[in-house]
Amino acid sequence: MTEQPIVEARGLTRDFRVREGLRRRVVHAVAGLDLRVDAGEAVGYIGANGAGKSTTIKMLTGILVPTSGSVLTCGLEPVRDRRRLARQVGVVFGQRSQLWWDLPLRESFRILAAIHHLGREQERARTDELVERMELGGFLTTPVRQLSLGQRMRAEVAAALLHSPDLVILDEPTIGLDVLSKQRLREFLVEERRAHGTTLLLTTHDMGDVERLCDRVVLVDHGTVAYEGTLGGLARRADAHRVLVLDLAEPTPDLLGVPGTTHEGSEAGGLRQRLALVGEGTTVASVLAAVSSRAEVLDLSVAEPDVEDVVRRLYASRREPPPTDE
Amino acid sequence: MADTVLAGDLRAYRIVLGSRIRSQRAYRFGFRLDLVSSVLVGLVELAEVLVVYAGLSRGLGGLDVAAVVLVFALADLGFSLADMVVGHCDNLSTYIRAGTVDVFYLRPQPLLLQLVTSDISLRRLARVAVGLAALVAGVAVNDLILDARTVVVLVMAVVCSTLTFAAMFVWAAGAQFFLVSGAEATNAFVYGGRYAASQPASVWSRPLQAVFVFLFPMAFTAYLPTLLLLDLPGSGWVPGWLGWLSPVMTLWAWLMALLGWRFGVRHYQGGGG
Amino acid sequence: MSVTGVPASRARPPGPSGPVEALRPYWRIFVAGVREQARYVAATLGGLLANTVFGLLKSALLLAAVASAGGSFGGYTAPQMATYVWLGQGLLGSVDLFGRSALAGRVKDGSVALDFLRPVDVQAAAVVSEVGRRVFALLPRGVPSVLIGAVFVGMAVPASPPVLLLGALSILLGITLSVATVYLVAVSGFWLVDTRGVQTFYMVVSGFLAGLFVPITLFPDWLLVLAWSTPFPAMLMFPIDVVSGRVGGWSAVGLVGAQLGWLTLVLVVGQVATRAGRRRLEVQGG
Repeated sequence: MTEQPIVEARGLTRDFRVREGLRRRVVHAVAGLDLRVDAGEAVGYIGANGAGKSTTIKMLTGILVPTSGSVLTCGLEPVRDRRRLARQVGVVFGQRSQLWWDLPLRESFRILAAIHHLGREQERARTDELVERMELGGFLTTPVRQLSLGQRMRAEVAAALLHSPDLVILDEPTIGLDVLSKQRLREFLVEERRAHGTTLLLTTHDMGDVERLCDRVVLVDHGTVAYEGTLGGLARRADAHRVLVLDLAEPTPDLLGVPGTTHEGSEAGGLRQRLALVGEGTTVASVLAAVSSRAEVLDLSVAEPDVEDVVRRLYASRREPPPTDE
Repeated sequence: MADTVLAGDLRAYRIVLGSRIRSQRAYRFGFRLDLVSSVLVGLVELAEVLVVYAGLSRGLGGLDVAAVVLVFALADLGFSLADMVVGHCDNLSTYIRAGTVDVFYLRPQPLLLQLVTSDISLRRLARVAVGLAALVAGVAVNDLILDARTVVVLVMAVVCSTLTFAAMFVWAAGAQFFLVSGAEATNAFVYGGRYAASQPASVWSRPLQAVFVFLFPMAFTAYLPTLLLLDLPGSGWVPGWLGWLSPVMTLWAWLMALLGWRFGVRHYQGGGG
Repeated sequence: MSVTGVPASRARPPGPSGPVEALRPYWRIFVAGVREQARYVAATLGGLLANTVFGLLKSALLLAAVASAGGSFGGYTAPQMATYVWLGQGLLGSVDLFGRSALAGRVKDGSVALDFLRPVDVQAAAVVSEVGRRVFALLPRGVPSVLIGAVFVGMAVPASPPVLLLGALSILLGITLSVATVYLVAVSGFWLVDTRGVQTFYMVVSGFLAGLFVPITLFPDWLLVLAWSTPFPAMLMFPIDVVSGRVGGWSAVGLVGAQLGWLTLVLVVGQVATRAGRRRLEVQGG
């Protein structure tokens, strides 16, 4: 409706005092973080363990008070307006359940519908929609504790979306899921966004999530934003490149000096060669054109940079290694 | 609007409780076991009191065997009612560790209300039955005539006793935001308080009286109402008429409970997690 | 609070002789139990507070009862009653009157089969490590409780070194007997679908019959006979009577002998049950 951002954090800071043996030390979990998420966006919020992701989310949802700085979520102050905010936000914590553990799944939906004051008609329509699209029908009457991890995560996401929130925050939603379950969950989230224009904020270790779900990534490191932009831009920033793998008709000397590329290596006496696409605006076509005068190309493939590798590189280029404790 | 909001919250609570009741009945074995053990625990606790008084011809602390049955009954009934409805609150530290408290923050209800309504222990009904039976027995063995005054005092006693013990559970929950591994410290006053409630406050030293008569008003849950019922004089810091202040002390207990809860929540948001 | 170093000097066996080597794994398990317990400082302080509050209330009531009865109540004088209360509170963290154990869960889910693969006796390992944990609990829980009682209420102390020694032995036997009995609760899971019933029954009955809340001498005769026919008084009541000097001389030695008898019986039953349970596990394929 308005041009107001869904999440707006300025100089957001959160300190923790931790005890180390007898001494106390202040840890800046989040340090002067600026974050803006516009309505309808899907943003991947990534970073190593302990980089400040969970702390940020707790401040966005009113669980933690910021030490300093300001944050508005859906135009509300999270701590002061916690209850109003709760009606507009859906959160999935990958590792903690918000379902009723020993009740049949259906009961959890009924309780949440009542908690969010959905009318009977609204409740039925929305539950039916979610059950159908998330394929929950087979285990609606099963107690939650008996669900498989994949089933439970789908149920968790459905539960967080039941009241049609404007903003959905997913904290490690695919952690521990098998490939198929991940795939289903991602497809559902893409559809949900298309159908309802839901804003998505996603923290994850899984770059597959980011690649398939997010328009934009925010990389956080030591509590501050280390990068903000597209995933491709992140790769460039970390100096990671796409690599063109060429299979040639006959053994060829190393293809050095092709414009916009660097030669990364040869195999089988030059039958297979790898060229990294380094120049701005270098395309596969332009490289192929340049190569074709020197060798006959039988087959080619393009290897995308591994994004986890990208993040690791970016961290490595920024001073010390990231902390590993949460 | 306010009406529908309230109706919605009530509906949510009703569904939670309804499902709880069903699920507790589903664990047939565990449920029956809890029923039996609750009755057994109640009987054992009553026996502990009776064994002491049975050996004393002159009574103890101004009470005789018959009177102490009444004290036990009021304390037990109030405690078991409170325990049934809000007894799970003093497990807050496990809720914190499991992340359940974070989930409470994500729902549009007051946190304390969510905690209170998150569970109910129906198996405590057996315990309530023991307390009720003891109360009936207490009324009988003391030859109480159920005139208006007696009924007023009985009702006041049961209501105040239940509310005071409930306040203790909530206070313990608030304190556990600070003492995540210190549930045992709050047990000192919640279950210690329950133990104190079935004793005659007249045998306590002044420091004990300060703690369990005035700070945590345990003497007001059973001992003082019994003095009113039996027209007994009391002694020193705990005169017989003090029992009329039970409602005031119940309010005091809830004031402490709500302040403790508020401080606890603030502390948690301030970085306890 | 620090106990490191003390066990280490005694842990080293004098030489590679047979029986010492055989006991060595159990000593290690015992020390591990002690170390584990040392971590829970906050919980320990909380437990001490609860212990003290209960002790103060209990002694207020029972000392008033002694006074009302004219100086001796159920055979206890005021100082002996105080010892009864505070020693009882002190032993509460060490004598197992709850009946829960990790082993019960392992029996239930079948992972006890792994324990049988280790080259130590399952019963001995379980009992010894638990006794280690519980003996250590005497330091942070037992000793302070007794000190608080001695300072605030005043209590009878053992008259002579032999009595003290006998009392210490009696306490150790009481703790071990409780742990060995709880072991029986756990292994009942080889035959029962659910041991919660047994465990709950143990919890409800043990404290009462062991004399935790009131001395069992106050029981009417039929109840006293019932109590005496269980191992529970030997866990708590006997050690207290020996230490407080309420029972002295050869009678005290007799109490310790009775404890030994109960312990032997419980251990033998436990060993037999363990072997039978193991066979059952092997037959059913765990």
